[in-house]
Amino acid sequence: MRIPVFAAVAALTVTPLQAETLVVLAPDYFGSSWGPGPAIKDGFEARCDCTLEFRTGDVLPRLMLDGSRLEADAVIGLNTDMTLRARETGLFAHHAQDLSVLTVPVAWEDDTFIPFNWGFTAWVYNNTLLDDAPSSFAELLEREDLNLVWQDPRSSGSGLALMLWVDQVFGEDAEAVWRNLAARTVTVTAGWSESYGMFTSGEANMVLSYTTSPAYHIVAEEDDSISAAIFDEGHYFMAEVAGVLANASNPDLARDFMAYILSEEFQSMIAFVNWSYPSALLREDWPAEMRDLPFPDTAIFLDEVEAEARRSAALDVWLEGMTR
Amino acid sequence: MSDPARQARALALLFGGLVAVWLVMLNFGALGAVAFRAEGLTALRNSDWAAVRFTLLQATLSAGLSVALAIPIARALARRQFFGRGLLITLMGAPFILPTLVAVLGLLAVFGRSGLVNQVFDMLGLSRFNIFGLHGVVLAHVFYNLPLATRILLQGWAGIPSERFRLAAVLGFSPRDTFRQLEAPMLRDLAPGAFLVIFLICLTSFSVALTMGGGPRATTVELAIFQAFRFDFDMGRAAMLALVQFGLCAVAGVIAWRVALPSSLGGGLDRPVQRFDLGGRGLRLRDAALIMAGAAFLLVPLAMVVLRGAPHVAALPPEVWQATGRSLIVALGATAATIAMTLALAHAVLALGGKRGAGLEWLGLAALAASPLVIGTGLFLLIRPLANPRDFALLVTMLVNAGMAMPFALRLILPDLRAELTTQGRLATALGLHGWARLRIVTLPRLRRPLGFAAGLTAALSMGDLGVIMLFAEREGATLPMQLYRLMNAYRQDDAAGAALVLLGASLALFVVFERWGRGRAGT
Amino acid sequence: MDVLALEHVTSTQGDFALAAHWAIPEGALVAVVGPSGAGKSTLLGAVAGFVAINAGRVLWQGRDISRTSPSLRPVSILFQDNNLFPHLTVFENVALGLRPSLRLTVAERQRVEGALARVGLVGLGPRKPAQLSGGQQSRVALARVLLQRKPVMLLDEPFAALGPALRKEMLALVAEICRETRATLLMVSHELRDAETIADQLVLVSDGVAHAPAPTQQVLADPSAALRNYLG
Repeated sequence: MRIPVFAAVAALTVTPLQAETLVVLAPDYFGSSWGPGPAIKDGFEARCDCTLEFRTGDVLPRLMLDGSRLEADAVIGLNTDMTLRARETGLFAHHAQDLSVLTVPVAWEDDTFIPFNWGFTAWVYNNTLLDDAPSSFAELLEREDLNLVWQDPRSSGSGLALMLWVDQVFGEDAEAVWRNLAARTVTVTAGWSESYGMFTSGEANMVLSYTTSPAYHIVAEEDDSISAAIFDEGHYFMAEVAGVLANASNPDLARDFMAYILSEEFQSMIAFVNWSYPSALLREDWPAEMRDLPFPDTAIFLDEVEAEARRSAALDVWLEGMTR
Repeated sequence: MSDPARQARALALLFGGLVAVWLVMLNFGALGAVAFRAEGLTALRNSDWAAVRFTLLQATLSAGLSVALAIPIARALARRQFFGRGLLITLMGAPFILPTLVAVLGLLAVFGRSGLVNQVFDMLGLSRFNIFGLHGVVLAHVFYNLPLATRILLQGWAGIPSERFRLAAVLGFSPRDTFRQLEAPMLRDLAPGAFLVIFLICLTSFSVALTMGGGPRATTVELAIFQAFRFDFDMGRAAMLALVQFGLCAVAGVIAWRVALPSSLGGGLDRPVQRFDLGGRGLRLRDAALIMAGAAFLLVPLAMVVLRGAPHVAALPPEVWQATGRSLIVALGATAATIAMTLALAHAVLALGGKRGAGLEWLGLAALAASPLVIGTGLFLLIRPLANPRDFALLVTMLVNAGMAMPFALRLILPDLRAELTTQGRLATALGLHGWARLRIVTLPRLRRPLGFAAGLTAALSMGDLGVIMLFAEREGATLPMQLYRLMNAYRQDDAAGAALVLLGASLALFVVFERWGRGRAGT
Repeated sequence: MDVLALEHVTSTQGDFALAAHWAIPEGALVAVVGPSGAGKSTLLGAVAGFVAINAGRVLWQGRDISRTSPSLRPVSILFQDNNLFPHLTVFENVALGLRPSLRLTVAERQRVEGALARVGLVGLGPRKPAQLSGGQQSRVALARVLLQRKPVMLLDEPFAALGPALRKEMLALVAEICRETRATLLMVSHELRDAETIADQLVLVSDGVAHAPAPTQQVLADPSAALRNYLG
C-alpha cells in the first residue's frame, strides 16, 4: 500500500508538465501592480518557462529571523546599507555572474550581491518656486533662506546615506554642518514617504530624495517642475541588490534569474518601473527622460565595511550637532 | 447537584485566564523571546535615557492637555441638545481612528508652514508660526487623543442618572454646584483612567513624535527601539528599552489607580437624561463657542484630508479596493476577538476582585505600552519553531489587534459591567441567571452602548493598523494601510491621498455602524 | 414542623455583627422589624445567600444550605429596588422566574400570562418597566415570585416607596400568594402596622441580635424591653 502512494506522490511532484517555481524574497513594494514586481515576473517567466513567485515583506528582518528555515531561492531589493548584515547571515551563495557588464559609477566586486538598479541621494526641490537652487553642499549651508525636510538616519536608508554623505564630504566639520542644517530643518521624519509627502504639500523648499525623483513626475505626471539639486562635492551612491540563497531548492533557476537581472531586457525596463538608474546599461541607452536628467560628476560611496566602521561615530556626531 | 453560580465563576476564570495567557504571551512572551534571541539584555546608553525623559515629558503634557480640554467640551456637549449633535459627536471621534500618517498630513494642512493658519497669518501680516517642536508633538497628540478623552468623559456624563440632575434642580443647584456635587465625582472617577490611557498611547508614539517634534530632540523610546532593531541590530537593547517602556506603564498605572476612586455613580432606571441646569444665555453662548472650537480643531484637518483625496478616489487602482475588502475582514475579525476577549477578561477581573483583579485589569491595559515592533518580532520568534507564521498572517494580525485594542475596550466595558453587577447582579443571581443566559439576557443588552463603542473603536483601529503584518504577510496580500504606504513610496501622492480618504471613510463607517448599533436602543 | 432554621448563625462585616439562633415553621408569615441599620437586610441576605455567614448553619428541612448558591436555595427574594431589568419587557421579566434562558414553550408562555393576570396586569406584557407605575412594577415582581414557586419568600421592603393604600394592597396580594403556594414568608418591615396586617410572627432585630420569632399579637400586647425601645 505504501509504495503506490509514494509513487503517486512522486509522480505528482516530478511530473515534467509542472513548471518549476522560483521563490524570490522581495520588499513589500514588489507586491503592487505599479511597482517593479509584475514587469519582472512577466519578463522572467517569458524566458524561463517557470513560475516566479514573490514573497514580499521586510526582507532583512526575515533573513535574520528566519535563518536557515527560509524557504526561498533568491532575494531581491536589499539596499546597499543592508548588504553587510545580509551577508553575515551566511545564507547566500555565489551569484556566478560576470559583473563586467555593470555600469554603476563605483567599483563593484562582489560575488554575492548584484546591483540591479541604483541612484544618488539628492536634495529635491520645485523649480517653479525655487529658481536658484544651490549647486554645492557648501552653498546649501550658506543659504539661510532654504528649509529642509529629511529622514532620520536611525530609521531610514536615505537618512543614513545623508549621514555618511556629510561624514565623507565634511569629515571633522560634520558636527558644524549638522548644527547648520538643524537651524533650517523643518523636521526629520522616520521614513522617506512622510518627508516626500510633506514636501509635496509645501512644508519645505527641499526634501532629501534621489536624483531620479524628477523622472517620475516628468514621465508619469508630465510635470517638469521637480528637480534635483546637483552638488559639486558629489552625491552618495545607493543601490538595490539581488542575490542567490545557499539553500535554494532551485539554485540554477535562481542564477538564471540573476542573469536576467543583468540582461538588457530587464535593464531597459527597470528605470521606469522603479524610478532609478539601470545598473548594467550605458547611460546613452537609458530612456531619454532618465538620461537627460542632470547627472552628478562624482559618486560618493562607502563600501559596507567602511560604512559599518563609521556609522556609529557618525551617528553620535549627528545627534550632537542636531540636538545642541 | 452542580452549582451554576460556581460553574459560571469557574468559566469566567477559565476564559479570562486564557485571555490573560494570550496577553502575557503578547506582551511579555514576545519581549522575552526577543531578549532570549539576543542572549540577554543590553545596557542603555545616555541617548536612550534622553529618549525616556522626552517620552515622559511629551506623554504627560499630551495626556494632561487632552483630558483638560476634553472636560469643558464634553460638559458642553453633555448638557446641550442641538440638531446634528449625534453626528457631530461621531465625527469628532474620527481623528482617533485615523492612521497616524494621515492624521499628521491633515494636521499639517492646517497648522503646517503653508497650512491654513499660516495663510491667515500671512494675510494679517503676522509672522508665521512654526508648528514643529515639543508643542507640535503635543498638538498632534491632543488632536489624536482629544476625541477619545471627550468620548470617555461624555460616557461619564451619560452615566449620571437623570434623577440626580432632577434632584440637583430641586435643590436649586447652580451649574457650579452641579459640577461640584455631580460632575466632579464622576470626573474624579473617569479622568485618571482617561489620562492613563492617553499617556500610554503617547508613550509608544514614534513617527508622529519625530515628525512633529522637528528632529532627533523628539526621540521617543519607541524610536530608540526601532533604532536598536534596525540601525544597531541590537535586539538586547530593544528588549531592554521595551522593558523600560513597560516599567513606565506600570508606574503610570499604579499612580492612576491611587488617584481614581471606585465609582459611586450607578443604577437608576433608564430614562433620557433631562437636564435642568442649562443656565442663562451667557452659559449657552460659552458652550456653543466651546463646541465649535473643539469641532473646528478636530474637523478642519479631517476636511483637508477629504478635500485632498476626494478627486482621486474614482481613479484608484483596483488593488486598493481589494485591500479595502481584506482590511474589512481583518477589522471585523479583530473586533469579534476583542469583544469576546474583553468580556471574558472583564468578568474574570470582577470575579477575582481585589488586588488580583486589579492585576488582571493592568494586564489588559499593558498592551498599550507594548512596542508593536517588539511584539511583531517576538511573536514571529515564538511561532516560527512551530509553524510558518506567514501561513496565518491575517489571523495573527487579528489577534494582535485584539490585544492592542483591548485596553480601550476594557476601559469602556469594565465600569459598566461593574455597575451592572452592582445594581442587578443580585437579582440575576437570585433568579439563577448564569453563564451564557445571563450574558445574552442581561449583560449584553445592558452593555450595548459601551460594547458598540468598543467594537466601533476596535474595528476602526484595526482597519488602519499596519502593525505586525509587515513581518508576517507574504501570501495573503496587502491590507489597505499597506497599499497606502506602497502608493506613497511609489511617488503616487494623489492616489495615496485617495486611498487615505478611503481608509478614513471605511474606518469611520465601521465606527459609525457599531456605535449606532450600541446607541440603538441601549438598555431601554 | 420547622422548615427554616438558623443554627447559631453569625455574620460579621467589618465591625457590624448579627447573630441568630431560631427556626420558623412551614407556612409562617414572619415580619422582621427593628431600627434602621440593625441588620434586617443582613438577616434576609444570609437566608438568601447574598451575605456570607461566619459561623453556624442555615438549614432547610434539616439540610444545610449555608454554602448553596442563591438560585439553588428554596427562596425567592425581592429587594428594596432593582427588582426588574429595565431593558426587558414585563413579560420577559416575569418569564425569568420560570426559565432563566427565556426559551419558553407555549405552555410556559401561558403560565407567564396567567401569572400576569393573577396580579392584575393583563395586556401589559410587552411594556418596559419604565412605562409602568410603581405599584404595577411591584406587581410584575410579584408575578415573577409567583412563577418561581419557591417555598420561602423573602421581602426586603420592596414596597417601601409605595403609598400606604397601595402598600396594603400589595401586602394583601403577598399574603394571598403565600397562602395559595403555601409559602413561608420572611419580610422586612418598617411599619409595625404592616406587620400586624399580615404577619403572624415577629422577629425583632436589634443590638446585633435577631431575636427568636414570637406571635405578633402576643408581642404587641406585651412588648419586650428591646421592642419598647424601638417603638419609642
